[in-house]
Amino acid sequence: MSFFDLQGTLKPLTALKQFGKKPHTLKDIPWKKREASDRYRGLHFNDLDECIGCGNCSTICQNAAIDMIHLEGIEGKKGDSGLRPRVDNGRCCWCALCVEVCPTGSLSLTKDYIYVTEDPDAFLWTPGVDNPDGAERKSFVSDKDHSLNDFNRIPMPELEGKERVKSFAEVVLGYNEQQAREEASRCISCGICTEVCPDHMHIPEYINAIASGNDKDAVKIIYDNNPLPEMCGKVCTRRCEDVCAIATRGDSVAIRWLKRYATETAATADLTHEIVNPEIKEANGKTVGIIGAGPSGLTAAYYLALRGYDVTIYEASAKAGGATMYGIPKYRLPIESLDKQIGYIQSIGVKINFNTKVGKDISFKEIYDKYDTVFMGVGFPDAWPLGVDGDDAKGSMQAFRYLYMINAGDKVDIGDKVVVVGGGNVAIDAARVSRRFGAEVTILYRRRVADMPADWEEIEGAEDEGVHIIPQGIPTKIHKDDKGHVTGIEYLKAKMVADDKGGRPRPVAIEGSETILEATAVMAAIGQMGDYSFLPKEFEDKIKIERGRFVVNEKQQTGDPKVFAGGDAVNRTADAISAIADGFRACKAIDEYLSK
Amino acid sequence: MREKATTIYLGPQHPGITGNMMVRLKVIGDTIVSAQTEVGYLHRAFEKLQERRNWLQGFTLMCRFCVPESDPMENVYARSVEAIDGREVPERGKYIRVMVLELARIATQLMWYAGQNGSLGLYTMGQWSIGDRDYILDLFEELTGGRVYHMYQWPGGVRRDLPEGFTDKVLRTLDYLEKRLKDYDDLMFANSIFQKRTQGVGIVPKENIIEHGVVGPVLRGAGIRSDIRIDEPYEVYDKLDFEIPTQEGSDIWARALVRRAEVHQSIRIIRQVIDQMPSGEYFNKFPNPLKWIVPAGDAYVRVESGRGEVGFYAVSDGTIHPRRMHLRGAAYVHAITLLESILPGQNIADVSAIMNSLGTCAPEIER
Ligand code: SF4
Ligand code: SF4
Repeated sequence: MSFFDLQGTLKPLTALKQFGKKPHTLKDIPWKKREASDRYRGLHFNDLDECIGCGNCSTICQNAAIDMIHLEGIEGKKGDSGLRPRVDNGRCCWCALCVEVCPTGSLSLTKDYIYVTEDPDAFLWTPGVDNPDGAERKSFVSDKDHSLNDFNRIPMPELEGKERVKSFAEVVLGYNEQQAREEASRCISCGICTEVCPDHMHIPEYINAIASGNDKDAVKIIYDNNPLPEMCGKVCTRRCEDVCAIATRGDSVAIRWLKRYATETAATADLTHEIVNPEIKEANGKTVGIIGAGPSGLTAAYYLALRGYDVTIYEASAKAGGATMYGIPKYRLPIESLDKQIGYIQSIGVKINFNTKVGKDISFKEIYDKYDTVFMGVGFPDAWPLGVDGDDAKGSMQAFRYLYMINAGDKVDIGDKVVVVGGGNVAIDAARVSRRFGAEVTILYRRRVADMPADWEEIEGAEDEGVHIIPQGIPTKIHKDDKGHVTGIEYLKAKMVADDKGGRPRPVAIEGSETILEATAVMAAIGQMGDYSFLPKEFEDKIKIERGRFVVNEKQQTGDPKVFAGGDAVNRTADAISAIADGFRACKAIDEYLSK
Repeated sequence: MREKATTIYLGPQHPGITGNMMVRLKVIGDTIVSAQTEVGYLHRAFEKLQERRNWLQGFTLMCRFCVPESDPMENVYARSVEAIDGREVPERGKYIRVMVLELARIATQLMWYAGQNGSLGLYTMGQWSIGDRDYILDLFEELTGGRVYHMYQWPGGVRRDLPEGFTDKVLRTLDYLEKRLKDYDDLMFANSIFQKRTQGVGIVPKENIIEHGVVGPVLRGAGIRSDIRIDEPYEVYDKLDFEIPTQEGSDIWARALVRRAEVHQSIRIIRQVIDQMPSGEYFNKFPNPLKWIVPAGDAYVRVESGRGEVGFYAVSDGTIHPRRMHLRGAAYVHAITLLESILPGQNIADVSAIMNSLGTCAPEIER
């Protein structure tokens, strides 16, 4: 190369052609803020009404940039922790993982990217509060198609509808290991469900154990505060699932089925004992008498026995379990399952006197005097009659009694056309049981199907099995033949009328719409009630009963400090898990009371 | 009388446009007699941090291994997890990934144009190429939501599909760049100053190439035709038609010519990608990230970055966290052992230019 290279000197002068051109990156003069792209990851925005404070955004943030904080004016409620995310813009890297895992879709990133302040605290940014109008500039969003949440539940294998009605075989078949792991791994461990569970079971913890393949740990965690978990795993009313964060945009995690899966891996009472490996405190010489071996009584008994108390239960029936034994059909809760769970409870030292009715075989006073404290978990053994003309007919009965007798192994003549009146789980149970005896079954309900308090899966199950549902029908009369036997039920069609006070719509009978349904049996499933005849007058006054239920304080203690109570005879929710929660609370209170 | 060597320190504040590191030089006059590199100013423990992150969270750290070219890092992470987890990527996802990787290669080389010329005092080139790189960053912003850290390729595919009209914008940008590359040639390659400062400077002796584990444009600038995209094709590179340019000189000039040619090849690849890209899914969803367990196993995957081969080793012990993650970048050997071995005999004024030409990237050296 020569010293003076003409080409090499002239060609670079091509740069001159750029002379006077506008710079690429600064297009608008005077300067205008550049609009970011449509999926730009700028400052956060949160729709505060949609957000449920699950904290998943905070959990996923690998920069620990999100704290969950209380905001004025936002209170916690069922399904909402009341907390909201606050982002430290000094830590955030705008990866938007928080957006991708937000189950409600309330969180997004916006097109806003310029943020200048002299106040270092202002880097703590509460999305939605600090940019109330941020919704207009949302850019990086995670809709259902993009979300990293798994919105679809693993379907539960079940017997076919036609197969089911042939026997009392369990309808739900249970998840296998792989299905359980997959279903468990949908959970985001937010714990919103725990708050709603009456017993505050440690749901995220046991689901996490299942997801990571530690079924035994799951069983142990479950037994922390529930000694009848397999029962709950099969028939719980699972209010937890109603508030599941994933259910805000998809199917809730199958919390109940996962509990069922875990407990079923402990196939026998012995195995349960081995896995739970309970730590039983040395006997402390104190005694507790328990009336009723239902869920509340068994729970109090189990945890008291663990704490070293000498516990004896008095049970009127031949088997323990109370309403879960006699009120729930065997295709939902097989007898072997209950036997296993109760066998385990007995194995840690709980004594149960069966076929011993308090007030008949032994007096309340005797129990009261014999034990240091008494717990009553007596349930609601009686059912409301229909209360219409003709309900004394042969073949007119209470669904709850009917279920009791069938579960006790008795025969009940129902003929071939059954009408069940009611919309709760008892109504559905009685209907499906009757189907299994070959009857044609109709459910008559005052309101709409959507208003039925029964579990939606039970309603679907009943329909699959051929149960016919007539909504908006108000029974008025039971017809009988000359031998006094039911021949049919008469009802009026109803229309739904909005409630002026904002309550749920009421059914109002339409005059002249009388219809008669042929029937060989009519079953009322409109509620149960207590029977407190076992209590002598002097106790009844002290213990106090109001509106058909014992009055207790927050420790399950009645007006007589030595007497505690729980279960259906105390709380209005009247489900097994509330009864278990009562038993668990009572155990702690009794322990406290007797340790004074 | 023998002259005494003087010690001078280059860095640690950006010796060139390389990231913070230092080279301790012993010089006599203008000539280097020995060189010792010193790193440690940028250690962020990304590999270690991965062990505390779950399989999704780790992906957001990957881009930070190398600031100007984050996409190959995301790619190896995603592919290593896919390999252990047995996770397939839909065809469209693979094409999109290649488009991203090649756009990233162009952006990196444009950055290199700036660095290489800047280190020689030729600043106009840098202003042009950084300005033009911004057009690519615009594309990234539209596609991924981020300009520099894209966080876009993750296990199972890519995060979002192409936005409406995106490929047209890419094609328009490529046409523009192709025109601009001619200007670059005039301003840079035809420039006698550039030629004089680079020809015969920073020679990597061919006999040391294997010993130092040299890769990428440095390897190809020494006449060896090796490129992971061809040697061990990943994504859809085996379906694309492109050349692997080489040069013989093994000096800064030769490596510059290789990089120049690679930009043209990348443009060629992206056009084919747009042509061939199938419609359909772009992502196979992984399980809930908080509970995602990757089965026990390990995987080593490689990608050809703008600076050469990047290898990534991932180990899972069957939990929700990686057990170990390790990245072996091109810069590691180039900017430490190789640099130390070729600096003696060179002029002080050329050190930055040599470092740039070796593809030095301090953030990638320190993981
Ligand atoms: S993940 Fe979404 S719903 Fe949950 S707290 Fe964060 S912003 Fe709210
Ligand atoms: S964008 Fe990423 S770094 Fe920022 S708060 Fe969300 S998860 Fe954390």
